[in-house]
Amino acid sequence: MPQPAIETESLTKDYPTGFLHMKTKRSVENLTMQVGEGEAFGFLGPNGAGKSTTLKLLMGIIFPTSGSAKILGRPISDVAMHAEIGYLPEQPYFYDYLTAAELLDYFARLFGFSAAERKERVARMLKKVGLETAGKIQLRKYSKGMLQRVGLAQAILHDPKVVILDEPMSGLDPIGRREVRDIILELKREGKTIFFSTHILTDAEMLCDKVGVIVGGKLQGVGKPDEIVGMKSQGMEILFEADAGDARSAAVCAKASKSGSRFALRVPDDSLYPALEELRAAGAKIESVSQIKPTLEEYFLHLVAKDRAQAAAIEVSEK
Amino acid sequence: MKRVNAVAWNTFREAVRDRILYNLVFFALLMMASAIFLGQISLGIETVVLVSLGLSAVSVIGLLIAVFTGVGLVSKEIDKRTLYALLSKPVRRWEFLVGKFAGLVLTLTVNTAAMAAGLILSLLFVKHTLERGDAVVLVAVYFILLKISIVIALALLFSCFTSQLLSILFTAGLYVAGLFVTEMRNLSGSRLAPAMQTLFSWISYVLPNFENFNIMAAAAHGKAVPAALILQNTAYAVLYCGIVLASATVVFSRRNLK
Repeated sequence: MPQPAIETESLTKDYPTGFLHMKTKRSVENLTMQVGEGEAFGFLGPNGAGKSTTLKLLMGIIFPTSGSAKILGRPISDVAMHAEIGYLPEQPYFYDYLTAAELLDYFARLFGFSAAERKERVARMLKKVGLETAGKIQLRKYSKGMLQRVGLAQAILHDPKVVILDEPMSGLDPIGRREVRDIILELKREGKTIFFSTHILTDAEMLCDKVGVIVGGKLQGVGKPDEIVGMKSQGMEILFEADAGDARSAAVCAKASKSGSRFALRVPDDSLYPALEELRAAGAKIESVSQIKPTLEEYFLHLVAKDRAQAAAIEVSEK
Repeated sequence: MKRVNAVAWNTFREAVRDRILYNLVFFALLMMASAIFLGQISLGIETVVLVSLGLSAVSVIGLLIAVFTGVGLVSKEIDKRTLYALLSKPVRRWEFLVGKFAGLVLTLTVNTAAMAAGLILSLLFVKHTLERGDAVVLVAVYFILLKISIVIALALLFSCFTSQLLSILFTAGLYVAGLFVTEMRNLSGSRLAPAMQTLFSWISYVLPNFENFNIMAAAAHGKAVPAALILQNTAYAVLYCGIVLASATVVFSRRNLK
């Protein structure tokens, strides 16, 4: 079995709370998971679920209370390994007295690139994120979307093998999201391992080979987006057109829900043919028949609701 | 070393762009006004007054910048979260700290050198000539720079674990205490209990001894400074800064950023 690009083993992080830091709050609990090389992995969870904490642990910005993690087979405490990793923090903020070109040049120096190599890389990265004309403007004059693009540029400046992105699409307008998504897809095509946190489920469904869902600091499930929600059909949906005023079709229209000029009828799998027969007899025009599968969003909301119910139950029992 | 240099250069660039070197305009105006005023009187103390005033201004301005900029070296990067992207590069925390320290020392070296040049020019204006003895002024400026470097290291240490306000108080407190090290070691004639005298004596060896760096009177009167004192003060400042930076590294290496 090939070595995973990222692996965590019972990773746990507690934060001290209270006036004298006597209490602790668990932010991440026993997180064990693996991300394969070249995989695009979406780390999903609502706000406060522990996504950013996990990413900060991986980058050595904070330290685990217990457990361990490795990136490219090396422990996360090995700072030299950062030469192979790119990281975009959540809502990135950079030295606002620098221009984008100066910031990238500064970071390129930290990797030990020569002056000629720095110049070439900075120009290439600015072009890649669409900032070639704004490269000479101080970052204090940048919009949030532009800062996010600078953040992406600094994360991939050194051509890393693993790219870790914390909410890369957060706070962006649809055009900005599309641009960032295109960059991530390009990185994926280049064979890089991408590990990104998000709470925007459509992005995860569109970009990820695999997703992990974290709620309340605990990993609730890992798998391919369609696998994780379960492939089992939840019935069939028939879309049809009919005249509800007609005596023949009134009964069947009453069982369906109306959407614009069309009706949608949901039936169990084994009732599909009798339902189609009934519609044909009623003179309805059938437009489509499709299988109903749970979406990632439904799965996600189900997990969040479950976690909140458990938390409420614990609170009641403690009282 | 490349990474330390890169962080230091960026710290210097930040200080320049934050217009920290604008204080030189104030110093230049002070020196010009003093030189013109002292040039018009001839009581035989013009040089003494000018050198004392100039060196005091170099020291006070340098210390104010060291304290107020030094306490933000680390805490500002944590508060603004600029450190996240930086530490995601192959930069060790000690490299970041040493780079920040070196960057501010470089800034204050440039600042102090410019002020020293202004002081020498003012001296030339008042005396119309420069003598060998005037070189002591440059030694005094060098000692001020060593003193400022220790203050920067202390400010950086506090910046690693506490707020900017508390860092200012701690750094300023240690600076003031460091001016009275000799008094703390000579409490034998005082009414303090022997145990307290011993305690103060021990503390005095931990505190930075800033008294050794003050040769303002010798510089004002053109008295020579022994080479041994220059070597001793240099070694003391290097060692003290090294110990403080090592302590800062120990504290900062274990710190969870927000």
